[in-house]
Amino acid sequence: MQSALRGLVDESVTIIREVAAEFERPVMLFSGGKDSVVMLHLAARAFAPARVPFPVMHIDTGHNFPEVIEFRDRAVADLDVRLIVGSVQASIDAGRMPDATGPRASRNPLQTITLLDSIAEHKFDAVFGGARRDEERARAKERVYSFRDSFGQWDPKTQRPELWGIYNGRHQPGEHFRIFPLSNWTELDIWRFVEEYDIPLPSIYFAHQRRVFRRDGMWMAESPFLSADADEPVVEQTVRFRTVGDATCTAAIESTASTLTQIIAETAAARVTERGATRADDRISEAGMEDRKKTGYF
Amino acid sequence: MERLRFATVGSVDDGKSTLIGRLLFDSKSIFEDQLEHIEAVSKRRGTDYVDLSLLTDGLRAEREQGITIDVAYRYFATPKRNFIIADCPGHIQYTRNMITGASNVDLAIVLVDARTGIVEQTRRHSLLASLLGVPHLVICVNKMDLVDWSPGVFNRIRDEFEEFAARLSLRDVTFLPISALQGDNVVSRSPNLTWFEGPTLLHHLENVYTASDDNRVDARFPVQYVIRPQRAEHHDYRGYAGRVAGGVFRVGDDIMVLPSGLTTTVTGIDSPNGPLIQAEPNDAATLLLADDLSIARGDMICRPNNRPRQAQSLEAMLCWMDDAAPLQPDRIYSIKHTTKVTRAKVTKVLYRLNISTLHREIEARDLAFNEIGRVELHTTAPLFYDDYHVNRSTGSFILVDEHTGQTCAAGMLLSPRT
Repeated sequence: MQSALRGLVDESVTIIREVAAEFERPVMLFSGGKDSVVMLHLAARAFAPARVPFPVMHIDTGHNFPEVIEFRDRAVADLDVRLIVGSVQASIDAGRMPDATGPRASRNPLQTITLLDSIAEHKFDAVFGGARRDEERARAKERVYSFRDSFGQWDPKTQRPELWGIYNGRHQPGEHFRIFPLSNWTELDIWRFVEEYDIPLPSIYFAHQRRVFRRDGMWMAESPFLSADADEPVVEQTVRFRTVGDATCTAAIESTASTLTQIIAETAAARVTERGATRADDRISEAGMEDRKKTGYF
Repeated sequence: MERLRFATVGSVDDGKSTLIGRLLFDSKSIFEDQLEHIEAVSKRRGTDYVDLSLLTDGLRAEREQGITIDVAYRYFATPKRNFIIADCPGHIQYTRNMITGASNVDLAIVLVDARTGIVEQTRRHSLLASLLGVPHLVICVNKMDLVDWSPGVFNRIRDEFEEFAARLSLRDVTFLPISALQGDNVVSRSPNLTWFEGPTLLHHLENVYTASDDNRVDARFPVQYVIRPQRAEHHDYRGYAGRVAGGVFRVGDDIMVLPSGLTTTVTGIDSPNGPLIQAEPNDAATLLLADDLSIARGDMICRPNNRPRQAQSLEAMLCWMDDAAPLQPDRIYSIKHTTKVTRAKVTKVLYRLNISTLHREIEARDLAFNEIGRVELHTTAPLFYDDYHVNRSTGSFILVDEHTGQTCAAGMLLSPRT
């Protein structure tokens, strides 16, 4: 009988290999966030001692934490994979969309356009994402092989049935699949894997001192991309990040957990979900994620 | 720690989503922000209690219509086990999603409303569980509060189900009285059900014995991917990667590769978790072999003295899942079986199974959406398979429409009738 964690590892590795065998041009999304780091390490283990047979891609809003970008570059060098960067700034410069403006501007929604443009440019037919079903209620409904039409759209009502471990990746040119090898992982599984398999992560996941301010009940980090309003006092706090995304919409949590053991204990005792605690982008509406996913978001 | 996958199925309004909400809530697996969210939505809608079904009904259309459209997956853990729940829709038109959710589970919970007892959907879902070979079935008689916690009602439903189930091939069936709304006998024992001597639902889920459910006898390894590093330091490395579909492979074992029939020896086993001495069912593994044979994706590795069946003319139970078009005999479909993709046509519908009466309708010529029947099919290349009831991995396949790309049928291979 397999342990639960090993069962997850073997399931994910099997999915990654299946895609590499069946699709012509797969790519793996890699942001340097913990889920994509785990996914890339699983890919490395799936093909060892050979190289990972596809590139990784980061959709960069230009508003990322510098620690994460440094980590990203080091990780792809260590694992000997090719990195493609899809730049939101370049999309704006090319006139694909206007930059986000206004007092609460975030480039987070703009990523979808750069992502779909990059998929089309490189003719990718399978795009691995690190999303997990436990993260959010629309994601709880998604298949492992998730079909996208030529507009990159997800239609939750016409998803293909997915039986046993048999995946159907049939598609026409211009259509693609999003592939979610971590579908059945929980946040705690991710941390247990990081500990057991000794996986390096960006430093901002661990407790550190940072200048933050309170907004919408969350601790936002002061950065070149996000500054406090006059009525939002900036304070120095011991914090860490539970999720890592665009700096304008990812909040920190108060935490002194600086080791994996402490983080696992904190995660196991958490009473708020990771997205609920840290993601401004999910608070837009009751179905914020579903609506974004339908138009091609991660 | 072990993992148990289970599905919840039942008719509309039997309270599946509520039961899952209850399991998550009482095992303290619901987070505060999720609870606040569903409390707010419940209040806005004017329900006078917290509607736990909102936890799993995540899509806009589901919330608007108050029904479950698609399989929702939920995760929770107790100190004893990790659980994956597939919450399957009860509406008839979403039966294909129930099959999707239940195809690879260890256990299925069929909910029965104590007031209405066994209904057509109960029979339909139990039949599907039986066809899919779900190893453990739990019949949860729900809403016991609405029948005054009557042992008579519970016993009558159990007797009725047992009479029906005698015609199915269910291996292990457990009956539990519960009330999901207030949580009676779900996680904790209920003062209302003192006459019931069996376990709570959660206790049963934590303790049901699953270790013997895998086929550990017939060694089967469908080759998924050939690993050839083409790097100087691993110049001679050639590994055959895949997931063990049955039996156990050990270093030193003699093996046979199909279709070539060539034999060699296992010299090493790599895995994502490091080198192994033996690989067991469901393990991802890379087999290293003594001889340099020509082996490709879609080949099957087995033991020389224990081979799967090999045929191009096959018999199967087929569940038709395409709502756009019925099964057309003699039309060519793409078939995916283990790691092999080839083409197939159904040459004959032997009978359609009436899933309410279990009657075999031999006059049927095709299968429409959600219909199930026994068929003969022919493939362009031989399949290496086992009877589905002996091995769910090597006994299952899907048919894919070559034009629309839809997964149009799920099939379970059976030994030909003699």
